[in-house]
Amino acid sequence: MSVGAGEILALVGPSGSGKTTTLRTIAGLYRPAGGRIVCNGSVWFDSESGIWIPARQRQVGMVLQSYALFPHLTAIENVMESLSGMPADARRAEAAALLSRMHLDGLDDRRPALLSGGQQQRVAVARALARRPELLLLDEPFSAVDRVTRRRLRAELVELRRELPMPVVLVTHDLDDVVRLADRMCVMHEGRILQAGTVQDVMAQPASATVVELLDLVDDMELRT
Amino acid sequence: MDWEALWLTLKLAGLTVLVLIPLAIAVGRWLAVTSFRGKAVTEAALALPLVLPPTVVGFYLLVAFGSGSWFGQTYQSLFGHSLVFTFEGLLVASVIVNIPFAVQPVQRAFEAISPDLRDAAATCGMSWWRMVWRIELPLAWPGILTGVVLTFAHTLGEFGVVLMVGGSIPGETKTVAIAIYDRVQAFDDVAAAKMSALLLAISLVTIALSYLLTQRLGRRYA
Repeated sequence: MSVGAGEILALVGPSGSGKTTTLRTIAGLYRPAGGRIVCNGSVWFDSESGIWIPARQRQVGMVLQSYALFPHLTAIENVMESLSGMPADARRAEAAALLSRMHLDGLDDRRPALLSGGQQQRVAVARALARRPELLLLDEPFSAVDRVTRRRLRAELVELRRELPMPVVLVTHDLDDVVRLADRMCVMHEGRILQAGTVQDVMAQPASATVVELLDLVDDMELRT
Repeated sequence: MDWEALWLTLKLAGLTVLVLIPLAIAVGRWLAVTSFRGKAVTEAALALPLVLPPTVVGFYLLVAFGSGSWFGQTYQSLFGHSLVFTFEGLLVASVIVNIPFAVQPVQRAFEAISPDLRDAAATCGMSWWRMVWRIELPLAWPGILTGVVLTFAHTLGEFGVVLMVGGSIPGETKTVAIAIYDRVQAFDDVAAAKMSALLLAISLVTIALSYLLTQRLGRRYA
């Protein structure tokens, strides 16, 4: 599995297929028995040579499914926690700029409980970007919001991705997200990759009946034949 | 009113909190975030003072502090006197009998913190210390406060263990609870009533304050 700069790779599959575990492994939150993870030339994990870089030292930005905002901190403090190694004033200014970029002007001092689902998701994205990540990981970023908000957030992410230089790995079980956002996709089932390729290729030429079933492409295939 | 006993009781309760709470935070967090073989036995051992009669706890502490045990001998050789019937001995006994009152609320508070928040802290690049200091301790604070209050209030009223380990030496080991018992034995009901009322008032104020603070914190994060 690989993803290039500026590219969005979608991991697709039913619940329990291993999408989130894959994402957690890349982030360094889960250590698998075997494998190898390389990001931008540096090895983060290699079971053969015993290399394991812990999550806090990997330059990743991650948006968890629950957003996992720190409930006792304000929106701006949540973002500031991802910014380290600079004076408090500079951290605050940069966090405010990121919140503004995510269309959250005026909400800096609100705690997460006083933000809507969509606003919470934007704070989580701002917090992930504040880390200046070499890789952005999004775990079902639209699952906790209603349909209207979902559409709006997706449109914002389409806009944002044009400005993002880093690779993005997106976990979703919604094909709409894949079609609108991703360049390439990986269909997963029971911990294995069934098919990987560009979204167009996978959708047009599913490799097996299981992929057809998992992506719910049965109607499309019938129409085509 | 036995002011000396009251001062000694408050000193004992305050020092018990100061010694026990940092230990309870370390042990409570460890129990909350790890699972290991024998965890249930460890938790049961820490909860024992809740169910054991105070005289039984007191008896074992007397044996442990006495010159017949290695602990008692080591203490005597280091400090020149025994722990039995001293304020220091009383403090050690108080810390031990209060372990479940401090550890359990702290452990529950750390257990209530979503593992997602720890994952988020790690992916934000926060060090372990920073995560504990900035995220976990503020969120566990209501539980820690409950541990403080329960330990303080329970120490004020502890009787059996204090009598067994400390006896009733004025200014050294005679707490208000013992002084009340003494006054009742001497048919001095007026003094016993005054001290009982004072202990009741202090306990009530302490617990009311903790409820108030916990509610306020709960509203803040809701």
